[in-house]
Amino acid sequence: MSFDPSPRTFFSHLFSSWTWLMAWRDSRASRRKLLFFSCSIVLGIAALTAIGSLGSNLERAIEEQAKSLLGADLVIGSRQTFTADEEQMFREIGGEQSRETSFSSMIYFVNGSGTRLVQVRALEGGFPFYGVLETEPVSAAEVFRGGTGGALVEQSLLTQFNAKVGDSIRLGNLTTRIAGSLLKVPGETVAFATIAPRVYLPMPDLARTGLLREGSLVRHRVSFKLPAGVDATKLVETLKPQLDKNRLSHSTVEDRKRDLGRSMDNLYSYLNLVGFIALLLGGVGVASAIHVHVKQKLGTVAVLRCLGGTVAQTFAIYLAQGMALGLFGAMLGAAMGVAIQLALPRVLGDFIPFTFEFHTSWWAVTRAMTVGFVICLLFALLPLLAVRRVSPLAAIRVSFGSQNGQRDPLRWLVAGALAAGIVGFALTQGRDWRVGLGFAGGLGVVFALLAATAKGLVVATRKFTPVTLPFTVRQGLANLHRPNNRTLLLLLSLGLGTFLMVSLFLVQQTLLTQLISSDSKTQPNSILFDIQPDQREGVSNLVHSLKLPILDEAPIVTMRLISLKGRAVESILTNKESGIPNWTLRREYRSTYNDRLRDSEKLIAGEWHAQVTNDLEVVPISVEDGIAKELQIGLGDEVTWDIQGVPLKTRVASLREVDWRRVQPNFFVVFPRGVLEGAPAMHVLVTRVGSADESATLQREVVSKFPSVSAIDLTLILQTLDSILTKISFVVRFMAMFTVLTGLLVLVGALVTGRFQRIQESILLRTLGASRGQIFRVLFVEYAALGLLASLTGVLLATGAAWALSAFVFKASFAPPVVPLLMALFAVPALTVVTGFLMSRGVLNHPPLAILRAEA
Amino acid sequence: MNSSSILEVRQLTKSYPNGGGSLTVVKEISFAIEAGSTCAIVGPSGSGKTTLLGLCAGLDQPTSGAVHLAGVHLGALDEDGRARVRNESVGFVFQNFQLLPTLTAVENVMVPLELRGQKQVRDEAVRLLERVGLGERLTHYPTQLSGGEQQRVALARAFINRPKILFADEPTGNLDAETGHLVIENLFALNASLGTTLVLVTHDMELASRAQRVIRLKGGMLVEPETAVAH
Repeated sequence: MSFDPSPRTFFSHLFSSWTWLMAWRDSRASRRKLLFFSCSIVLGIAALTAIGSLGSNLERAIEEQAKSLLGADLVIGSRQTFTADEEQMFREIGGEQSRETSFSSMIYFVNGSGTRLVQVRALEGGFPFYGVLETEPVSAAEVFRGGTGGALVEQSLLTQFNAKVGDSIRLGNLTTRIAGSLLKVPGETVAFATIAPRVYLPMPDLARTGLLREGSLVRHRVSFKLPAGVDATKLVETLKPQLDKNRLSHSTVEDRKRDLGRSMDNLYSYLNLVGFIALLLGGVGVASAIHVHVKQKLGTVAVLRCLGGTVAQTFAIYLAQGMALGLFGAMLGAAMGVAIQLALPRVLGDFIPFTFEFHTSWWAVTRAMTVGFVICLLFALLPLLAVRRVSPLAAIRVSFGSQNGQRDPLRWLVAGALAAGIVGFALTQGRDWRVGLGFAGGLGVVFALLAATAKGLVVATRKFTPVTLPFTVRQGLANLHRPNNRTLLLLLSLGLGTFLMVSLFLVQQTLLTQLISSDSKTQPNSILFDIQPDQREGVSNLVHSLKLPILDEAPIVTMRLISLKGRAVESILTNKESGIPNWTLRREYRSTYNDRLRDSEKLIAGEWHAQVTNDLEVVPISVEDGIAKELQIGLGDEVTWDIQGVPLKTRVASLREVDWRRVQPNFFVVFPRGVLEGAPAMHVLVTRVGSADESATLQREVVSKFPSVSAIDLTLILQTLDSILTKISFVVRFMAMFTVLTGLLVLVGALVTGRFQRIQESILLRTLGASRGQIFRVLFVEYAALGLLASLTGVLLATGAAWALSAFVFKASFAPPVVPLLMALFAVPALTVVTGFLMSRGVLNHPPLAILRAEA
Repeated sequence: MNSSSILEVRQLTKSYPNGGGSLTVVKEISFAIEAGSTCAIVGPSGSGKTTLLGLCAGLDQPTSGAVHLAGVHLGALDEDGRARVRNESVGFVFQNFQLLPTLTAVENVMVPLELRGQKQVRDEAVRLLERVGLGERLTHYPTQLSGGEQQRVALARAFINRPKILFADEPTGNLDAETGHLVIENLFALNASLGTTLVLVTHDMELASRAQRVIRLKGGMLVEPETAVAH
């Protein structure tokens, strides 16, 4: 006979209409199941679609609203009152100008007697020139500018103190009324306002507060609306030598766009990685479902091969099914993602400093669908490759299966492509490749540990189940290692979900506990600051009169750097290669003098100088280790300071390690006694209050007797931190929910694929005389064992991860809360058992024959 | 190879690894089957009948020896090449019917021609199903058919590609006597009208006696002499 041995290429088979027709016909009995399994990737793709759209919307919004993000064309700021030279420069810049003076102080709500530390901003002129101050009522911003007085107060403050528009507040010596509640300031996030609630005053009212005194920590800003045709970036380039010389900070719309773009990129990348985890877990679900599907199809494949189907032909049929499944999942996921993206602005609203309308980004949709489809296909390929190795002999000899025992190089290739895809995706999500690799590596470790646990469970139950256990328990445990068990898949899905949720919870708790733990009987928990020298004695007496201890006191002298190791700061600022961050050079240093180290300080190098004579030419100082590294200075290096107009030469005599987490005054630079005593200083006083009532009394008394003194207590810090963490964790949990729900879908999918086997086993047991109770107990033991081990592994991994984060990132002591962990430990098995019984319903309630007929 | 032989087997041996050693299932078997003839392979369970059938049909490769099927040396082909030979020249009937459960009767019959890339094959499939008495059951799925009906669909599928040789592995093994008789009548009738060579593997001596030639196996070897049945 004439026989043409040349095979058609695999791709011609894959894209032949018969292959797809055959794939469609072959899927008849399992179409609904396959579609259900494709749902496991839906949530991951939905997350990627929604986040992708968000990213593209943010990019567009930043571009469109750039000017309103700054509220002006150019903003110049300083920690000191502008000098005559600087004022001259502003006049030369021209355009429309607006001034703002801001500082921290205490607000006092007259009606409710409440006090709180706020950021006071005295405003003059038309800022914002672009965008608006959003207020309630809307007209309040207009009224405020109209010169009729009154303050705009952060809405959250009004809610907290149960105050309303028209009520009176006191700031220092000024009593004024609330003109409106402040909702949004262009370019600032709500999260920012949580840290420092804002109160706007008209500039003329500032002097009446009496809060600004020598040495007060104040920030001055002038905002410009430049004349038409003037390019802010070019203008800044021209002015840069003068700005650097005067240490004036500056920000243009372009700077703001760049900074904002970077922070939005970080947010976007983080969310994308979380979404990707959901997709990967879904991929594992798809792989498992295809594995079961392929196992059920081995007979069909063998027959097709007997009838003359080539390896490529038969493989193409099942690959087509995998592709269709991926495509369906991708399309459904994209549609869901488009719907979810409408919710994202609400979820992320506190972290985005502008409002914007959501538009579907078709590029993001296409990208998410492609990523989802490829990941799904790679996961599906792992089990699908087995189709190639089915022998036609299996059609006549049932015991002759596929050649799975032999190593398949293509499997390694697909696994390699999958790993490369995961690493590649992670790498594209951040500017730092190490973070990408860390993410992929960390994920690999978690997957590997969960898989190893599953393997261990299978081996342990097979080898070590005691024969003395009751039959139902042994049978339930045997289900964990029987052929075609779902142990690995269930442990992965449940374990990963538990790991994500518990680790997020533990990290949040660690950060909070870190502060709460300092709330011991001896630790300070309340700070009074901005105390002028003439108020020092009065404040001390007040604290004593309230029977509160004075645990620490420190003078604060503000100063700026003139030179480092003989090089002028201006020249270092102009050298972009220096590697010294600009903020460390430009900032105003709040230093102190002391003859002893504080509890929170540890000398790590050099010699401590307690006291010097004031005729020393070069004063020995102690510098905090971190800032010394930033400034690239070490022991013996010379540093010259400008102490409110007076230059002072110093030498680094010692380096200190400072525990910044302690509620007490900590400083970058400490001078010995004998030098700064004559310099203008403010004082800070640390005490300890026993209760919230005592804290409120202290604050009320201080504000009423010393209006310029501010007070902050640990409760406020905790509240602020808790509020910020709650907002962050809401976003994180929202994203983690995609993974958890995917895990649930995979769990349901795994139980559905095992249903037939379970039903057959139940029928057999019931035919042999097992009662419903016994079948129930067998199922209970299996689900409970799986859930318990998954939650145990997830909780242990999460505890390990949270410990590592605490030890190496947050440098905090780690004490996991036992009760919530125990709750998680038992909630997951409970969820597994409930889901398992829901999926197995009917197995217990129907007579064996009816089930047999229905499932046949 | 003899020009009139459709199947020629020379010194065929098949061994499987078994523990440390190997288990020989078929040992140095040689025979040839004339085109258009009928042949039954008989023997007790475990004698190597099914293994021999698999080797003759190119479903498996021998450990040693050679199979020439329809003029092609199967040992010289890879798996896809052998699949092509099966599709061009071979038909199969299995003991447990082996219909594809998700395909209707007519779709099952169409598959061998569709695997060749042929289109418009439905009419031929319908004609064959009518010929085996299943003209009214075209769109039924295997689970909706009785065992005898399923085996008749399998017969139609086996003949649709006009095979030069048809291998039937215990074709009545899963059927009652009456239904089995009907299926065998269909099988021989189709075989006669299409001039196909028929190789039957069976336990059923009555069925074997209908073949022109009977090859007996025992312990993986031919039992001499072969029986030639006169018709």
